[in-house]
Amino acid sequence: MTAMNMVQALNSAMDVMLARDPSVVLIGEDIGYFGGVFRATEGLQRRYGAHRVIDAPIAEGGIVGAAIGMGVNGLRPVAEIQFADYIYPAYDQIVSELARLRYRSAAEFTAPVTIRTPCGGGIRGGQTHSQSPEGVFAHVSGLKVVMPSNPYDAKGLLIAAIEDDDPVVFFEPKRVYNGPFDGDPYKPAESWAGHPMGEVPEGYYSVPIGQAAIARPGEAVTIVTYGTMVHVCIAAAADLGLDAEVVDVRSMVPLDIDTLAASVEKTGRCLVVHEATRFGGYGAELSASIQERCFWCLEAPIRRVAGWDTPYPHAFEWEYFPGRARVRRALQALMQEAP
Amino acid sequence: MSTPRLHVPAVPARPGDQPDFSYVPLAPAGAELRPPVDVAVHETAALAEGLVRVLDDEGRALGPWDPGLTPDALRLGLREMLLTRVFDDRMQRTQRQGRISFYVRSYGEEAVSVAAAHALRPRDMLFPSYRNQGLFLSRGVPLVDLMCQLLSNTRDMCKGRQLPVMYHAASQRIFSISGNLATQYPQAVGWAMAAAIKGEDDVAAGWIGEGSTAAADFHHALLFAKVYRAPVVLNVVNNQWAISTFQGYAGGEQRSFAARGPGVGVAGLRVDGNDFLAVYAATAWAAERARAGHGATLIELVTYRAGAHSTSDDPSRYRPKDEYHAWPLGDPIERLKRHLIVRGEWSEERHAALTAELETLVGDAWKQALTYGALAEGPRLDPALMFGDIFKDIPPHLEAQRAELEAELAARDAAGGAQGGAPR
Repeated sequence: MTAMNMVQALNSAMDVMLARDPSVVLIGEDIGYFGGVFRATEGLQRRYGAHRVIDAPIAEGGIVGAAIGMGVNGLRPVAEIQFADYIYPAYDQIVSELARLRYRSAAEFTAPVTIRTPCGGGIRGGQTHSQSPEGVFAHVSGLKVVMPSNPYDAKGLLIAAIEDDDPVVFFEPKRVYNGPFDGDPYKPAESWAGHPMGEVPEGYYSVPIGQAAIARPGEAVTIVTYGTMVHVCIAAAADLGLDAEVVDVRSMVPLDIDTLAASVEKTGRCLVVHEATRFGGYGAELSASIQERCFWCLEAPIRRVAGWDTPYPHAFEWEYFPGRARVRRALQALMQEAP
Repeated sequence: MSTPRLHVPAVPARPGDQPDFSYVPLAPAGAELRPPVDVAVHETAALAEGLVRVLDDEGRALGPWDPGLTPDALRLGLREMLLTRVFDDRMQRTQRQGRISFYVRSYGEEAVSVAAAHALRPRDMLFPSYRNQGLFLSRGVPLVDLMCQLLSNTRDMCKGRQLPVMYHAASQRIFSISGNLATQYPQAVGWAMAAAIKGEDDVAAGWIGEGSTAAADFHHALLFAKVYRAPVVLNVVNNQWAISTFQGYAGGEQRSFAARGPGVGVAGLRVDGNDFLAVYAATAWAAERARAGHGATLIELVTYRAGAHSTSDDPSRYRPKDEYHAWPLGDPIERLKRHLIVRGEWSEERHAALTAELETLVGDAWKQALTYGALAEGPRLDPALMFGDIFKDIPPHLEAQRAELEAELAARDAAGGAQGGAPR
């Protein structure tokens, strides 16, 4: 075990897979010589060569289109989209091609492409460097969609994604790249050092896609969340001294509804939290799916906390971000409701 | 003083007008030089604006691009082009009879696919558009397999999931046709990049219509092909029409599509797409160039979409009815036939006999295909197949939906529901 932040863990995952499997290649903007704008691929081109860690032109549609072709020809490409906000030029290739190639060709053709992309705000990125578009991909048939919340899961899930024969869109909540973030932007940044999930094996392991994790066990209420918000929710519950069970979804598709439902059946109350905009968001799916399974166990309506339905405003980042205060308010309201 | 005025590309002729192809730059057969395959990209600029032709109007093969094919090879090419046309005509009629929902003919463009398939190696990977059925026929995909796809029947290679003509053939190394335009272009380049990464000498070839060159995918493909010197042959089938939209709206006025190649840094060739020998020679040149590591070539194949865009289209509403007869590059089958006759290697009698033989072949295949069912009659695929192949393994939420559908179907059957029809 080694202390790693999330960037180092992701780097380690790609390092392990490049070494284990000669068919693994990386492609993306600034990922080669420079090692990526977030350093996730640092040193990998030096180790594995410019033919396997490939700098790409600024053309996300081209990156994903080429990655699909590579996948069809026997490689396992890992494409980096530098910010999730830049993924839309590749949307057609992801949705119409990557997601449906196996289906439309009755499995004669497949492309095991992993698309890594940093998402989320809280980094002064404004409306073009802060989005959380996991919902628009989770809605698409044929894509697996994951988002880790810590270094251990990041490495294990990325290895699982690269090994997966289906396409995986891998969201990296960049606010927690360097440390868990409890929602307070004004106190000194925490590091992953000393956090149990910051202890990461150096070698190969994987975390299965399709399994949620209990980030904090509890009895009073279930908070279903993922990414950066896992840490914010744990802190918000602690503020209130509330024995909340925080479930880290980790895998949007496939969704581990059993783990979510088991928790809500136990606690009887559920708060769904994500950073992405609320309307038509992934939280609506979570809320509906839990309600369908757990209605008769619920002691209060399921509530949602999310980003406002606005673009991510640069100057009002912390008024936009669904921080601890907003989560606390929702938890208090949820706990006060009685059947 | 002048002011900017919106330029609207001029369509040369509309219904009722005399056909006018004066906008198509021509060159005599044999006029273009054939450079070595390692020629610098900028030295192909003239070829990208010229017109590589081998067959002249008398059926003679002229000039340095003559690939010198044997009579047997030419007769095979003629046979496959004719098979494509007979197949297309039969499937078109079938659609009109209501047996299949949709069809796309390649009438007038048969050389584009068949000659290219002959010039490439069997291991080379093909990324077709929806008007390249000649690739499938030339590579020996059985007629019955194609027909079963068109019928969405129990032997449908796509298991009922794709619109007719969206074939695939992994064992013949032909990629799955999408239905979304231009997406296969960067994929072909990525496939070629992978071949180069692996150190294999297989080449990829992609086809796109001139209308689809407007899509970002076209530009991505050219750029990636240039940047990584990908071993790929990129074909633009300029058949003048994108449904009702004239090629001027894709940027074809006063500038060839092939010229976009040298513009980006990829070799360009403008080729008579109705000349089997020229298409063969250009493809062979480009494939050799790619295989030797000199990079990609953008080939514009100048042709004419003699038929409708699809069975859902009526071209008499936007272009003169008899335009094809005025097309200056003629008909690909007639031209190769004439060449073989001029060489004393073919005759009208043999041609008529071949046509009859192929019609029987297609007719027999159709009868066999129908025994496996049709979209609206006969045996049907299990609708629950719609849940397969979304992922390699079916996840719980899809398994639950499949079970729900199966219960729905069982209830329908128990109520004496429709056999082979839509759910009530």
